[in-house]
Order: sequence, then structure tokens, then C-alpha cells
Amino acid sequence: MESEIKTDNRFVVPIGPQHPALKEPGHFEFDVDGEVVTGASIRLGFVHRGIEKLAEQRNYIQDLYLFERICGICSHIHATAFAVAVEKLAGVVVPPRAQAIRTIVAELERIHSHMLWLGVAAHEGGFDTLFMYSWRDRETVMDLLETIAGNRVNYSANLIGGVKFDIDDSQRDAILRGIDFLDQRARYYLKVVESDETFLGRTRGVGKMTRGEAEILGAVGPTARASGVARDVRLEAPYIGYADYPVVLVLDDRGDLEARFSVRILELFESFRLIREILSRMPKGELSTRVPRRIPEGEIVLRVEAPRGELYYYVKSNGSEMPERVKVRTPSLCNWASVASLAVGHKLADMPMLLAGIDPCFSCNDRLVTLRRQDTAQTMTWEDLRQYGIQYYRGKRVCP
Amino acid sequence: MSAMEHERTVDVECPTVWQKALMALKTWARVNSPWVIHFNSGSCNGCDIEILATLTPRYDLERIGVKLQGSPRHADILICTGPVTRQARERLLRTYAQMPEPKFVVAVGSCGLSGGVFHGSYNIVGGIDEVLPVDAYIPGCPPRPEAIIYGVATLLESLKNKQEKG
Ligand code: SF4
Repeated sequence: MESEIKTDNRFVVPIGPQHPALKEPGHFEFDVDGEVVTGASIRLGFVHRGIEKLAEQRNYIQDLYLFERICGICSHIHATAFAVAVEKLAGVVVPPRAQAIRTIVAELERIHSHMLWLGVAAHEGGFDTLFMYSWRDRETVMDLLETIAGNRVNYSANLIGGVKFDIDDSQRDAILRGIDFLDQRARYYLKVVESDETFLGRTRGVGKMTRGEAEILGAVGPTARASGVARDVRLEAPYIGYADYPVVLVLDDRGDLEARFSVRILELFESFRLIREILSRMPKGELSTRVPRRIPEGEIVLRVEAPRGELYYYVKSNGSEMPERVKVRTPSLCNWASVASLAVGHKLADMPMLLAGIDPCFSCNDRLVTLRRQDTAQTMTWEDLRQYGIQYYRGKRVCP
Repeated sequence: MSAMEHERTVDVECPTVWQKALMALKTWARVNSPWVIHFNSGSCNGCDIEILATLTPRYDLERIGVKLQGSPRHADILICTGPVTRQARERLLRTYAQMPEPKFVVAVGSCGLSGGVFHGSYNIVGGIDEVLPVDAYIPGCPPRPEAIIYGVATLLESLKNKQEKG
């Protein structure tokens, strides 16, 4: 009977695309054998908005606002990547003060993104207290972004050729105070994720990805760094202010969920340090420079380090006011492959944590299960499922 | 005779005291603890994280009885974000159809109102109201959490008023 279950029935648990807590709709199908996942497939594309095509119909300045809205969490880094690419094509040099401000906003954004992630991932693990704590503290960095940019999300800091706003002394003091507070809180979070027994039960040794696997699967960002892969665009190909203010790489070779938690929290400290350093020696000068409306012909590839990993932009210009082609590849896309392969062999209950581990997030299960036997599909009610479960475990002699 | 008949018809159409009381009770319950479900039909996440932020300690939407709910079958209010993409359209309609009556739709963000910055793309149907009847619009890109709370509170207020007038 046991082998019959294994060979004949592909037992599929569909998840998504609508789910209660969060964000991007994605559809997942997990093949399960009892509790254990034996295969995973992913269907994306529910939020495809045709941005790349739209960009070809608008001029560079309009496109800046369009690209900022690819993602509300890492909006600044998208706009920065596009602006830097266009500036390079146009051959203009952006004043150092503008680059420093871009870097500060980028790091504040990383702080907000990592704290958001910490909360969401904790929530997926059933640790709602940590979720509420980290989101409460995240409001501090949201306030900072609002004080300097005027908006909480989509701060619109960039112009092509510079930035829109300056950071004056009172804002500088506010930022310093804010990150002092966050520094303290982040220490507490680090202690929690590394010492809370129940939480460690969900993270330690779960979803282990060795360094070799991470390299083969093309993982990027904190997910890769938690597996010991030294990959960070801020160091490999410094852009905006990162050449003047280098970052220190945070690496961990444990490769499990716990490592992904601690890498991201340690990166918070790195961001705090970087912001303090930039603020202590801000270059003086202009905030922006003139860029022609028509960008000279050419093409360029630009990589930046978004909070989730390497973000890749390709821009091709044909000498007019509008780009001929823009291609964007986001870090989450690179990390999906790692989830699909990591899932196999883990319990179904670990799936939300594993998915959250790479930082797109999600939770719910559709309450309907379809059993596929070759080409017939059959729908089971909860009662049938319960009976099936009882039979199955009897076969396995797990329960009497 | 005909007058009597007329009277009788009117009698049937008017809710009795009990029915009225029951309706008042239902509205009272609905206004004081609306359950919301959130659907992202193609947004950039900006609106979604602000909706989530309304549930966290600083804003705490739960203090006015609002609870974020996973299943459309238990929800009273559908909060939609983002422009409607062609892929998400069916899902959005299905989610709406699964909700029990009476149900309300709140569109959040410039995208939900009109398609926003994505207006004109080949894969965008348009704002939420191209697909569903919308009861409240909350503008902004993204709206602040306070704005979202205000929008929901206004919707609840209008339900209460309708009940009092009717
Ligand atoms: S309104 Fe703005 S923040 Fe909201 S989904 Fe649209 S682009 Fe994103």
C-alpha cells in the first residue's frame, strides 16, 4: 500500500496566488508524500505589468518614475540603477554630494527592507511578537526617510544627473539619533534569533544550502552570503558612493535559515556604520548637474546591490529622448531556483519559512487539495483527506 | 377592496419591528468588526506594505475592530491594491465572488484608482473599478497608513449612516 501511494499518487498542495498576509502573488505547487515535500514548482507572472515595454514609449525622465515603481520596497535602488546607467550613457559626472546622498538613502532603504523582512520571516515562523517589534521599530527608519524625502515609500530621491534634496544639519542629527536607536534594537534581535530555543527549532539546520549549491543555483545577495559566497556588487563593481565609502562583507558559511537571519541582521550594523561614516564626512557642493534630454546612442549594463541581491539593468539608447530597450533582472528571480530545489525533503510546514528565507514572502495554503492520478483529477474534502492521512500513517506504523 | 389590497401589499414590503432590529444588529456587528481581505492584483508592493503597516503597533487598525483575514469566504471588505493585470483579473473576480453578501471594495493607491503610472500597458486592464464595483477610493502613491485608516473608517461611517437613515 505504501508503495502504491508513492508511485501512483502525485499529491499536490497548491499555494497561492492570493494569500492573506502579504505582497506578490505567486502560485506554488508542492508535491508531498505525507508531510514531506518531494517536488516543487513555481508559477509567477501575476503582477506582470509590461514595464519594459512601457519604458520604450516614454522619455528618460518619465521612465525614472516608472522604474521606481517596479518594487515599492526597493524603489530607490531601481531608480538609482536606471539614473546611473543613463548618466553613464550621457557621459556626465554627478557631483560627489549627490552620490553620497544617494548612498545614504540606499542604505536607509536596506535597513527598512531588512527589518521588514525580519518581521515577515518571523511571522511565517509563527513568531508574531518579533514581527510586531520589528515593524514598530521599522517606523523609525520610515520617519527618517520621510523627513529627508517627503514620502515614506517611493521617495523619489533621484534625478537623472543628481538628487532632488539635500540633507541639512537637523536632518543629519535626526538620522544619527534614529540609527542609534535602531542599533540598540538590532542587537536585541540578533540575540533573539540566535538564542530563542523555539525559534532556533524552526531555523537551525533548516534549508541548508552549501556554498557549491549556492554557486550552481545562482543565488544572490544575503541568501548567497549566508552560504559563504562572497558576492556583493557594492564591492565587486562599486557604484554611486561605494568606492569612497567601502562596505565590509558579511559572510556566514552555515547556509541554513539561521545564517540567513543573522547575515541580514549583521548587515544592518554594516549599514548603520556606513551611514555614520558618510554623514561624518559629507562632500560639499552641488546636488545635480545638467543632462541633455537626448541621450547619445549606446548601450550599457549596470549592476547594483539591492537589499535582496544583485540587480541588473541593461539600457540601450538610439540617440532620441526615449530608450530603445531596457532590460531589468531582479534579484528575487535569481533566488527562486534555490527555493525550488531546497524545498525537496523538507516538511510542508517549513515551506513558508524557506520561501521567506530568500525574501519574497508569503504564507497561506489553499484549503482544497487536488489529487492527480496520471490524467484524472479528483477533488478531496477535508474529511477524505483526514481518512487518507489516517490510512497513510497506519501503513507507516507511525501511530497505532 | 382595492384599497385594502393595496394596504396589504405595503404591509408585506415593510420590514417588521423584529426584522428592523435584526438588521440594525447586523449593521452594528459589521461596522464594529469588519474583516478585510487584501488582494494584490499587480501592485508594486508599496501599497501592500503600507496596508500591512496599518496593522502594526504604531497605527494598529485592529483597535477599530478591523481584522486582516486569509479567506475571502469570511471577509466583509476587499482591499485591492495595484492596477489589474490580465493574469490577475480572473483571480480578482473569483475572490470577489467567493465573498458573502454584503461586501464592499476599497481601492488603495493611484494604481488601483486608474492604473496610475502603468496606465497604457498591454497587460493592464485598468483600475480596480474596471473589474469590480468600488465603494471607497484611497488616493496616494502609496497612501499613508493614516489615509488608509481614514478611508476604511469613512466607509464604516457611511454604512452606519445608511442604516440610520433607512
Ligand atoms: S499606487 Fe504607487 S505604491 Fe501603490 S501600487 Fe501603485 S505604484 Fe505602487
